[in-house]
Amino acid sequence: MPSVALREPWQDLGHQRNSAVLGMWLFLGTEILFFGGIFAGYSVYRFLHTADFLAAGRETNIYYGSVNTLVLLVSSFVMSLGSRAARAGLFRFARLCFPVTAVLGMVFLTLKGFEYNDDLEKHLFPGASGFPLPEAGAGLFWAFYWVATVVHTIHLTVGIGAVFRLQILSRDDPQWLNDSPSAEVTSLYWHFVDCIWVFLYALIYLPGRS
Amino acid sequence: MSDITAGAYEYSRTPSIGAVDNYLTHGRTLRSWLVTTDHKRIGILYALSITVFFFIGAIAMAIVRLDLITPAPDLVSDDTYNKLFTLHGIVMVWFFLIPSIPATFGNFMLPLMIGAKDVAFPRLNLTSWYLFVIGALFTIGCIVAGGVDTGWTFYTPYSSQYSHGFVIPAAAGVFITGFSSILTGLNFITTIHSLRTPGMHWFRLPLFVWAMYTTSAVMILATPVLAMTLLLMSAERFFGIPIFDPARGGDPLLFQHLFWFYSHPAVYIMILPAMGVVSEIFTCYARRRIFGYSFMVYCMVGIAVVGFFVWGHHMFVAGQSPFANLVFSFMSFVVAVPSAIKVFNWTATLYRGQITFESPFLYCLGFLWLFTFGGLTGLVLATVPLDVHLTDTYFVVAHFHYIMVGGSVSAFFAALHYWWPKITGRMYDEAWARFAAILMFFGFNLTFFPQFIMGYAGMPRRYHAYAPEFQIFHVLSTAGAAVLGAAYALPALYLLWSLRRGERAGPNPWCATGLEWQTESPPPRDNFRTPPVVVAAPYQYHSETHGPDYQHRDIERAQGTV
Amino acid sequence: MEIGNLFAEASQNAGVVDLDFLVLTIISMAIFLLVFTLVLVFCIRYRRGSNAKRGRLPEIMRREIEAGWTAGTVFLALFIFWWAVAAPAALQGQPAPALKIHIYAKQWMWQVEHPNGAREINTLHLPVGTPVHLLMTSQDVIHSFYVPAFRAKHDVLPDRIVELEFLPTKIGTFHLFCAEFCGTAHSQMTGQVIVMRQEDYAHWREVQPQSETLAAEGAALFHSLGCSGCHDPASAVHAPDLRGVFGHIVQLQGGRQVVADEAYVRDSILLPDKDIVAGFAPIMPSFSNVVNNGQIESLIAYIRSLSPQESAQ
Repeated sequence: MPSVALREPWQDLGHQRNSAVLGMWLFLGTEILFFGGIFAGYSVYRFLHTADFLAAGRETNIYYGSVNTLVLLVSSFVMSLGSRAARAGLFRFARLCFPVTAVLGMVFLTLKGFEYNDDLEKHLFPGASGFPLPEAGAGLFWAFYWVATVVHTIHLTVGIGAVFRLQILSRDDPQWLNDSPSAEVTSLYWHFVDCIWVFLYALIYLPGRS
Repeated sequence: MSDITAGAYEYSRTPSIGAVDNYLTHGRTLRSWLVTTDHKRIGILYALSITVFFFIGAIAMAIVRLDLITPAPDLVSDDTYNKLFTLHGIVMVWFFLIPSIPATFGNFMLPLMIGAKDVAFPRLNLTSWYLFVIGALFTIGCIVAGGVDTGWTFYTPYSSQYSHGFVIPAAAGVFITGFSSILTGLNFITTIHSLRTPGMHWFRLPLFVWAMYTTSAVMILATPVLAMTLLLMSAERFFGIPIFDPARGGDPLLFQHLFWFYSHPAVYIMILPAMGVVSEIFTCYARRRIFGYSFMVYCMVGIAVVGFFVWGHHMFVAGQSPFANLVFSFMSFVVAVPSAIKVFNWTATLYRGQITFESPFLYCLGFLWLFTFGGLTGLVLATVPLDVHLTDTYFVVAHFHYIMVGGSVSAFFAALHYWWPKITGRMYDEAWARFAAILMFFGFNLTFFPQFIMGYAGMPRRYHAYAPEFQIFHVLSTAGAAVLGAAYALPALYLLWSLRRGERAGPNPWCATGLEWQTESPPPRDNFRTPPVVVAAPYQYHSETHGPDYQHRDIERAQGTV
Repeated sequence: MEIGNLFAEASQNAGVVDLDFLVLTIISMAIFLLVFTLVLVFCIRYRRGSNAKRGRLPEIMRREIEAGWTAGTVFLALFIFWWAVAAPAALQGQPAPALKIHIYAKQWMWQVEHPNGAREINTLHLPVGTPVHLLMTSQDVIHSFYVPAFRAKHDVLPDRIVELEFLPTKIGTFHLFCAEFCGTAHSQMTGQVIVMRQEDYAHWREVQPQSETLAAEGAALFHSLGCSGCHDPASAVHAPDLRGVFGHIVQLQGGRQVVADEAYVRDSILLPDKDIVAGFAPIMPSFSNVVNNGQIESLIAYIRSLSPQESAQ
């Protein structure tokens, strides 16, 4: 009997898996260009207003940023374990890894929420009145800070949903984790979101701190 | 099968079950259409949606052209005028041209042409259509609410601070529709990589499939940049954060760079599919193998790649450095080379053919004329000192309409007439179709040729009131638009008529090669009753040693393949 | 008047641009004719059922010809590029010093300031045969300074000074256009470039009175802000005609009377509901967030100029 994970128009699971992975890589290519818009703008402005960007970068909260980076890196590691375990047939272990990944993601979001709160208390939102930094480039830095982190946060939220989806769909039929490309594809996406954060960490928290 | 196509495809002819069992009769409820994952039905859903948008965009422009008959701004108010041409641009670019050939004929034909059952991700394909519809609803909502007046280019700081229009809904519509085209592109590339039927090697792919492949690559890599650009612009407008605002250290030229990084490749999203269609049709009606198949492929790949490095030619007078102008001018000349080679190859395909002049071929001849003309005026615009004079005038308007409307829309109609029998199983009235093709060609030239002249004389684009000496050209242009409008409306009539009254088409009315012609018309739900196997290169219209034979299609008819 | 002559060449650069265009057009036409002669010949000769010889393509029609026209197109493209780049380079070395003129663009007018401080709106007087160096900036959105007869154009950006140089060679009046879409009245953001003899220009520049410029600026504002939409005597909207009002007594609602002086005009612009003229509905919106003090001065100067005896003072 063909697996329930086998979908139209595929004939076998391996073919389906390869194609799904290809599709996800293409999507990640799109995502890189999507964030590329932010990175390009950031680079141009940092080049134009170098000193301002360094000054603005010092105002970020590096503790939140660093802890969050660590949280995401660990979550990526766990996600990786989960998807490998699913391939190896270790379904109970895989089904342990996925919730841990999702919880780590939520820890990230919670910390990010606290950080946003702190930022707002310090009026570090350049659109509103009372923005404390006088340099012209500082407003640009913080504008990019908000756009980049919010867009990243939305990506992470989608990622958490996708990880929970694995958990739910494999509840009655753990074999599904092996047959379906979902675990691998979700894991790719998760790593991507993690990678983007590593770049954002370097661009947001490190300027002016060397 | 004749000995000419014998050996090209191993095709086992199942006795036709008749019209009962095909993709159209596979579920007849509205719901069966709205939840379909059949690439053919999704293609038709797209076709219906973009037809609606084509007419919305056309009506907007009809009002503009009527207003422009007189130099005084008398028919509508300034704001309405600005909103109308903005609407025309947004709708025609994102809701008609970009999805026109890929999302309709690409969706319908791509799996058929590579011998697949469906695209790689059928549900994602349907999702793409729904995203398109949601984006469309935002745009329609924006029109109903009062419109947007930024021009389709959304230049900052006008869009982010000064415009009173509904900029964010319009941008949201484009943003969402962008994801529809990204997902379509992703789907096509995966399909072409994974679902080619046995024997369909990369260099046996029909050129239309190559066109879809290169187009999809451009969609995937360019569209997200537009999405981010519009997001940044909307964030500046909505939250008041500084991004492109020059008063707060930002740079409006950054917006233009990001915008054109998408919007120039977008031109290739529109023209590459057209090139694919034209390649299929030239070879079919010339009964001659396409000249220089591999060059045609390399040219399309070349256009897709180099097309990413020419965006700055939109900004020669915007204030970028003279060195950047030089580089982008150079790249623009480079990108003209593969297009020129394609034109030569199409011409050479006619050599020693057995040419017949059915309507799809007439549309393609029209394409060749208009595309070549548009391309050559592109050389003029790639030359910096000339572009300084001509940019933002009607010369540019005429140039890109020659490419995007003369080229892409002619090819769209060519594809429509070429594949109509396959899609619907019916033949349309050939005399009417030829008449429409010729009318369209003349209407188009009458509309846009005068714009070259007034553009060179200095008539700026997007002008509601204009100096009286330009009036004669505007009057000619409006007259041409009326002819063009009639030529666009005609096919709607005779094609609809053919749905009921048209002759039954048979699987291969044009005696064309290509797997899509090796199955029934309309195709069954799963495309092929038995999976086809490919054993030779495409376009085997004649044997290696002999040219095409006059009797060719008569033999085919006699043998009942038709 | 050179307006009306569609293809007037009025700058040193114009002839070069036109020559470039002519050469490119000739090359393009040659390519176009080549392609369509071939298409036509093939379509006739190889129409279905004709007696022309078919059969396999001659050897030369394979790789050689493909490589040939690939190389040919590459060469042609590079040649045109080189030629187009090289041609304007020959123009360098214009006689200095150039006449420096400041241009301020805003929705929807061109303000011009000449070196001696003479100002004008939507017109630009220039001496013939003198290199002109424009320093341009915008106060709001992106505009584009375009004089077709000079074949000269440059976008005018906010918060940045952009430069444009040209050398007028012909006396006459030419169009000035805004070529970058800038909002509602984009197509009315036009003006005239008046090229005069050098001594005429010098004379013109000396006799420019400041007040007239202010009034002209006010007149342009009066239109661009939409005041004329209601206050024009021919307007359908019922609003007071402002001709001859300044300096005279105005009858207000409630029986009061005021003299229409500067303070009154100023209040009427900023606080229109304060003093309503008898017989008119209070429909005018406040312009307090729209106009700045300088603009109010200009508007007052314009309204003053509508009363002949007042403006004579």
